[in-house]
Amino acid sequence: MRVGILRSPSPLPGFGLSFGIMTAILSIVVLLPIGALLGRGLMIGPADLWDMLNSRRIWSALTLSFSAALIASLFNLVFGLMLAWVLVRYRFWGRRFIDAAVDLPFALPTAVAGIALTALYAPNGVFGQALAPFGLQVAYTEVGIWVALVFIGLPFVVRTVQPVIEELERDLEEVSATLGARRAYTLRRVILPTLTPALLTGFALALARSVGEYGSVIFIAGNIPNITEIAPLLIVIRLEEYNYDAAAAIGIAMLVISFAMLLVINAIQTWSRRRIGLA
Amino acid sequence: MPDITLSRPVPVTTEAPLIRGLLIGVALIFVALFLFAPLVTVFVEALRQGWVAALDALRLPDALAAIRMTLTIAAIAVPINAAFGIAAAWAITKFDFPSKAFLITLIDLPFSVSPVVAGLMLVLLFGANSTLGGWLIANDMPIVFAFPGILLATLFVTFPFVARELIPVMIEQGRAEEEAALTLGASGWRIFFTVTLPNIRWALLYGVLLCNARAMGEFGAVAVVSGKIRGETATMPTMVEMFYNEYLSVAAFTLAAVLAMLALLTLLLKSLLEWRHADLLAATRRH
Repeated sequence: MRVGILRSPSPLPGFGLSFGIMTAILSIVVLLPIGALLGRGLMIGPADLWDMLNSRRIWSALTLSFSAALIASLFNLVFGLMLAWVLVRYRFWGRRFIDAAVDLPFALPTAVAGIALTALYAPNGVFGQALAPFGLQVAYTEVGIWVALVFIGLPFVVRTVQPVIEELERDLEEVSATLGARRAYTLRRVILPTLTPALLTGFALALARSVGEYGSVIFIAGNIPNITEIAPLLIVIRLEEYNYDAAAAIGIAMLVISFAMLLVINAIQTWSRRRIGLA
Repeated sequence: MPDITLSRPVPVTTEAPLIRGLLIGVALIFVALFLFAPLVTVFVEALRQGWVAALDALRLPDALAAIRMTLTIAAIAVPINAAFGIAAAWAITKFDFPSKAFLITLIDLPFSVSPVVAGLMLVLLFGANSTLGGWLIANDMPIVFAFPGILLATLFVTFPFVARELIPVMIEQGRAEEEAALTLGASGWRIFFTVTLPNIRWALLYGVLLCNARAMGEFGAVAVVSGKIRGETATMPTMVEMFYNEYLSVAAFTLAAVLAMLALLTLLLKSLLEWRHADLLAATRRH
């Protein structure tokens, strides 16, 4: 932001109206609901919240949601970077088509993705049958959850890294080459550090999305308590039992863990930006 | 004089052809397996018993009601979020006030909240067991398990789309043009419609497009607040789930195929915008 311009008071009209509309809608749609959840947590009290969360089924669900999201996002970190690199740097037939297709998981409703993946990977599905001879079962296991979360998270990494690759200065790579660095060394020591902040942002976005993902996962997961039952599903189950306090407890736990995770990623990001002199 | 022959320059800023080919190959296989295969499956499963069966499934009263519900929700939610996005972008980029960064964080917040938790929040706020919810139900204005709840859930999950597209574009464009219009005596609305709106229209359309896609496709948040009452509060995505769970595979996948076609249309329009008007979209979208 250009601070110099922002300091002079704006002569433009409409501040009251636009600020009013913004705060009104923000309050009704976002702040009030979040307040309701946190308020419920306060009413229950920390000790009772902890008691409610302290069950094997809830711990399994929370661990599964976060570990599967972590695994899928790490996978997307690698393949998303590769895809972004290929799309920006190489020219091949169908490149624009692939580029547009990367956003499919953004556009396709999660329930549609969920039933499609299940149909593919179920024991009688095309991929399910192909994998069965190797003893691999994807649908109704944790692997199925990973597959769904990879689908959901992929565009986040690609779309965050892609513009940064586009703006990389080729001069730096040439300098590195003239100084005698081999290509692999240049990639590792010149290019990768420049991409790290964007990679982390993409990773964080994919992670935040996959942790809370529900629609694409519940069809393929099998939903066996303690084994393939994700935390959002457990919230839905508690709500269907009208056990609002228990549902709120799991919801608060998810918010707190997500928030802590994003803080850590933010800290790593600041550190990596500073390392390449962007801070 | 020694004969100077210039050999073909060896490219130093790309990988060896073999590695390039390998990477392209792996990328194509990855996209085919993870993105295209599920998409194709939707249409294959929908047409498993032929066109007639698929079209019959779309004529089921529950399917029709769900389609109507989804279209109505999107028709209301998208304009509200567009209005919010424009108001927020105008306030944030044209004026100075403290804690702007915090405000932007609040606007982005819905993207890091699980849709199910979003639904849970609305149930806690407006459900029968809360004071507010009890009062609303007593006065015949139920929100949860009714239309307003679905609308609020949709608004929550699509909340940041328009604002986060407009804010960077309007920061980049600055205030000079609007200030010039002001010195020429234009009113606030005139400035907005003749100066600002033409500058941001493609970015606005882009945000609206993404907002609409998510509004029509939202599942988790809507599933929680709607109660999934068929014919009444079921939307297309929740109806897909109900058909699927009742082993009405063709009906589920046909409705899913309609949603998939909407998604493809969204991608097509989005790509057109990116190719034609890249310079007028937020910087991160330029590729």
